[in-house]
Amino acid sequence: MIPRHFYLAVSVLLLAVLSMGLYAWHMRGRAAATPVASTDTRPVEAPVAGPTERETLFVAYDDIGVLRAQSAQIPLPSVRQQRAEELLRALLALYLGKSSPHQLSHGSDIRSVYLVDPGLAVIDVNAAFADGHRSGVLSEELTVASLIQTLSANIPGITRVKILVDGKERETLAGHADLSGFYDVSAVGKMAEQMQAASQ
Amino acid sequence: MRSIRENRRSEIANRYGKGLAFVWASVLLFLAVLLVAAAAPEKHLAVYSTAANYSLPVVQRQGQDYIGLLELLDPLGTVSAKSDPPRWRLHYNNILGEFTVGKSRARIQGRDTDLSGKFLIENGRGLVPLASLNSLLPRFLGGPATLREESNRLFIGNIATHFTASVSPDNPSRLVFHFTAPVNPSVASELGKLRLTFRREPLTAPASPMLTFGSKIIPSADYSENNGAAEIEVTTSIPLLASFSPDGRTITLAPAKSQTATNPPGVSGVGAPAASIPVVAPAQSNVQSSSGPPPTSAPRRYFAIVDASHGGNDRGEALSTTLAEKDITVAFARRLRQELESRGITTLVLRDSDANLPIDDRAYFANTTHAAVYISLHAASNGHGVRLYTALLPYTGEDDRGPFRSWTTAQSSSIPLSQATAASVASELRKLQVTVRTLSAPLRPLNNIVTAAIAVEVAPPASDLSPLTAPDYQQLIAGAIANGIVAIRAQLGAAP
Repeated sequence: MIPRHFYLAVSVLLLAVLSMGLYAWHMRGRAAATPVASTDTRPVEAPVAGPTERETLFVAYDDIGVLRAQSAQIPLPSVRQQRAEELLRALLALYLGKSSPHQLSHGSDIRSVYLVDPGLAVIDVNAAFADGHRSGVLSEELTVASLIQTLSANIPGITRVKILVDGKERETLAGHADLSGFYDVSAVGKMAEQMQAASQ
Repeated sequence: MRSIRENRRSEIANRYGKGLAFVWASVLLFLAVLLVAAAAPEKHLAVYSTAANYSLPVVQRQGQDYIGLLELLDPLGTVSAKSDPPRWRLHYNNILGEFTVGKSRARIQGRDTDLSGKFLIENGRGLVPLASLNSLLPRFLGGPATLREESNRLFIGNIATHFTASVSPDNPSRLVFHFTAPVNPSVASELGKLRLTFRREPLTAPASPMLTFGSKIIPSADYSENNGAAEIEVTTSIPLLASFSPDGRTITLAPAKSQTATNPPGVSGVGAPAASIPVVAPAQSNVQSSSGPPPTSAPRRYFAIVDASHGGNDRGEALSTTLAEKDITVAFARRLRQELESRGITTLVLRDSDANLPIDDRAYFANTTHAAVYISLHAASNGHGVRLYTALLPYTGEDDRGPFRSWTTAQSSSIPLSQATAASVASELRKLQVTVRTLSAPLRPLNNIVTAAIAVEVAPPASDLSPLTAPDYQQLIAGAIANGIVAIRAQLGAAP
């Protein structure tokens, strides 16, 4: 004779197995419907541990066509070159966010920033950055000014900037802004002042 | 008596018979000469490549046009052929092609290729249908080859010479052609027409084959291609003289009465009925200069250069799914030229068709024309109104060396004048309540221009893009820019 409580225990266990199976089946369906995180190539937040610092980012606003200085709390490493890279990645994270003031194409990233003494910084952006960039004099100028101003305002000693695309020189960013030469930081500073003052 | 009469009759019949035979022979000879004269001219294929430009005879077999493959590839690389009927093998550099007489397929590097017709051998020469070259040549050459079958012109690689044409409103008018590479056409004329024939140049068509200039003296020009040559036929109401610049990139057609009675070398006098005058090559010596001496002392032919940005493969911003920036800029450029010329400003439009025009060439044209002001036109979908740009300088580049200006900073001495021009145009736009901003920008070729240079980016007045294509809006903006240039004309004209 099998005791009654044994029947009850087995029944409860079977019910639990069945309900867990159904729940697992339901979760599997939901997971399949959600885009896989690994295909999202947007840069994640700065992979830097440690204390954050308050830095000034020069953020482009497409709707009014201006450049605005904006302070942000960013975790930054102590090495100068890595600081430069993380600063620009923080700027890009703003542009790639949902409420982006200056839309950049999906997958845009900073490959590296090289600081070459005396005073030269080379910003190497990836191909997606340039290939998917919106074409237009103002739009491209805002991007160039935003990158150079953010870098020069936070990394002292930079006097000239060169922008490469995927490690190579390119004639223009997206048909307008010239990338063939070296930018003089003081001239870009004056250009940025015009862009901060004027709006439409 | 009777026999004498019969003899006379037969003598007369003999004489008439000989005469009749002579008349028949003459008629037949005349018809034969007429047939030969009326026969179709020999067909040729013009080949344009970076290695060489040449021409080959085209033969007709089985109702199709054929070309000798060995002769075609010979100027382009190392080529050899071995005929072993019915097989024919051709080596081009390291590529092997195998052909079989009567077969319409060939094997190139082990892969089958369709010949669009049967392969033929004549006296050891391998003949392939002309229509097969589009698929056959890329296999041998490893790059693109484009055959224009209707005109028998073959372009190997991305080779092309583009041109712009504009009429200056000088009195009397002159038609100026600018080419992206040196050209040497033959010039011929007939009543009311002047014809430039380009046999060796990979000249390509403008966006519209018919160019209209709105001039009574030179109302239009027509571009066409035929039998391995490109031709520009200019309609004119008076005799014209053609002159070449020393670099062969500019041809100026001017009324003959303004020239001396005897034509200088390199200048062809045309326009007289039924004349056909070949012209001295522009590369040769003793050629009349249309570009003239160095910039500072050259006479100014055009006061303003209007440059429609982008063109050809470079579409600029995709303003909508059907609207490209390059199309808007051309429309604006034409309208601005009208507005400037109606105010007495002689204007040259750099790109008046859908042609690829490299940035350096734009700067080159602008600088060699010695104009007082250069206006680059852009269009954008973001923002509102008009944005005016001057060059972003100092731009770190090489320093000037002696009399030579640095290409990257050529604009440096003209920056104040460029800024004054932008301010003048901005003031006129504001009078019309148009939103306007004045900025400096890293935008080529502004920094390569030696004279006053501005770029104008036209955006719609609101979020709707349709005004960009609307004549009223274009007219409004073009009129204000023209007024701005007129307002600063004295200052610009005084500049070297």
